[in-house]
Amino acid sequence: MTVPAHPMARYFRPGCMATTACPGCGNGIVGHCVLRAIDALGLSLDEFVFVCGIGCAGWIPSPHFAADTLHTTHGRPVAFATGVKLAAPERRVVVISGDGDLAAIGGNHLIHAARRDVGLTVLCVNNRIYGMTGGQVAPTTPQGMRTATTPHGNPERAFDLCRLVEAAGATFVARWTTAHPRQLAAAIRAALRHPGFAFIEVMSQCPVQYGKLSQEGRATDMLALFRQRAVHVRRARDLAAGELAGRWLVGTLVGAEAEE
Amino acid sequence: MKADSGARPRRLFLQGNEACAEGALAAGCTFFAGYPITPATEIAEHLARRLPEVGGTCVQMEDEIGSLAAVIGASWAGARAMTATSGPGISLMQENIGYAVATETPCVIVDVQRGGPSTGIPAVPFQGDMVQVRRGSHGDYEVVAFAPASAQEMFDLTVTAFNTAEKLRVPVFVLADAAVGHMRETVDIPAPGGVARLDRRLPEPPAAGAPVRGFLDEDVAPMPVFGRGYRAHVTGSCHDEFGMRNVVDAPALDAFVRRLAGKVLRHAAELTLIDSEQTADAEVILLGYGLVGRAARAIARQARAEGLAVGSVRPITVWPFPGEALSAACAAAAAVIVMENNLGQMLPFVQASLGRQRVRALPPGVLGTLHRPEHVLAHVREVLR
Repeated sequence: MTVPAHPMARYFRPGCMATTACPGCGNGIVGHCVLRAIDALGLSLDEFVFVCGIGCAGWIPSPHFAADTLHTTHGRPVAFATGVKLAAPERRVVVISGDGDLAAIGGNHLIHAARRDVGLTVLCVNNRIYGMTGGQVAPTTPQGMRTATTPHGNPERAFDLCRLVEAAGATFVARWTTAHPRQLAAAIRAALRHPGFAFIEVMSQCPVQYGKLSQEGRATDMLALFRQRAVHVRRARDLAAGELAGRWLVGTLVGAEAEE
Repeated sequence: MKADSGARPRRLFLQGNEACAEGALAAGCTFFAGYPITPATEIAEHLARRLPEVGGTCVQMEDEIGSLAAVIGASWAGARAMTATSGPGISLMQENIGYAVATETPCVIVDVQRGGPSTGIPAVPFQGDMVQVRRGSHGDYEVVAFAPASAQEMFDLTVTAFNTAEKLRVPVFVLADAAVGHMRETVDIPAPGGVARLDRRLPEPPAAGAPVRGFLDEDVAPMPVFGRGYRAHVTGSCHDEFGMRNVVDAPALDAFVRRLAGKVLRHAAELTLIDSEQTADAEVILLGYGLVGRAARAIARQARAEGLAVGSVRPITVWPFPGEALSAACAAAAAVIVMENNLGQMLPFVQASLGRQRVRALPPGVLGTLHRPEHVLAHVREVLR
């Protein structure tokens, strides 16, 4: 029996098909959407530099994508990427990293890159928790949730990262979830066509840490929940504030709308 | 100062920090990222004006962590890249210094040292970061550092720092202080093209899809810079010769640590620069680096004028520590007085090279000032008694 080749296999670094992600992780969906977008635009990976930080999402491009990749110190990929882009403006520089990396330890670099409008595409894979280190509270964890470091419940409020980078001056901002892979790929295409700073927040499932602690359940349960929770920004305009409580605004929040 | 397209050498009256910036330009620097800090800021200001004139890029980042991150990213994008800061900035850069070591990234880090710990005193000269630049990041590693004593050396050693960084793929420090950075002196600048330039080696173009051996050579691996089809995998995690992560095997860590350190130590002898005078018959040697080394030279000459057998030794290369060269220079001396503008940061390394018995420390009477000649001479006479 022959095994059919994966449609994106040619974009993978030889010998790097095995994943370190846990069963049910959203990393595979995000990586696939990135490659689908690049493929649809007819671009070559040789035009790209992928920059990532420390944490589960950093392992989406590194080592898997057959491209120049810079796997940096924790929290700093946006600053490293800024140097790459300024020194080689012809490169397409894409940051793929997690919410802890980009919004906690690296939050200052994120807002300043947005303010500078430096031509980076930044994907923040938001699983609302520190997955790699075993389920600690993140600045994106919902208030009240019990985690390994908030056993009595998270006393703090969660960051709205899209509003944060919008306020900092980002010229393209979108949010999707791993339950919306086609829309996510379209948003990535729009971000890659955008000349300035483009930010996409991808709400992603971490069934092993977040799903267990929150009782949102397995990956399939979490994806079903994401679909229920997501409300498109166009539809949200017609909803009352009370109806939006606990919902995630998805779609293009700032900039030219992607064809969804 | 205006850009000068004339192909002739120039003699200028420059501040040390300006000379450093001009040295960077002469060395082919194309990228600078930094954050304002006294007493290093003039380097950023000078390059902000001059780099665009030569097609380079200068950016003020949000902090020193981001500054070194941007420098490392730019270096991988092919630039000859530099940052400049002082002690508090070096403290913030420590994690990315280790990253530059681990990923074998050529870069120059200028540290115009000031009084510390903590915020200390910004504009007072102090040699407080001598060991921090060498040992401040976690893990075990080697770097290169030079200590200029004049505006001319701010120029010359910045050039040497770039060439060394490119050749060895390692962060190289220029360890000045507030006095060397801020004083103004005559600086001779060679004609354009008159400055020797070493560039990083690049790997052979790879066969399609073939991995590139771009890391952890016993000597120095060619650098698979971005944008040339190498598909480089660059990580600060433990990795193999192809840059591919191995975070489970102790033997992989062993090779990672030994080869990164070994490639620098293998070149230690050729990196060594020391400036000695009247050491052959000296009973006492005054040993100091940076501006203090210049003071030691002047005081030794004063002692000679009084008929005392005193010589002076100034290590210009401070890391890798030039122990063998110092041993040779101090071989005949009965006593070596180590003058540092700190409480003795390099003293243990001197003692380890020369033996404890004949080495004694002499900080200035007031830290943050130069040693007073009479204070040093009294010490010399006591030793000779």
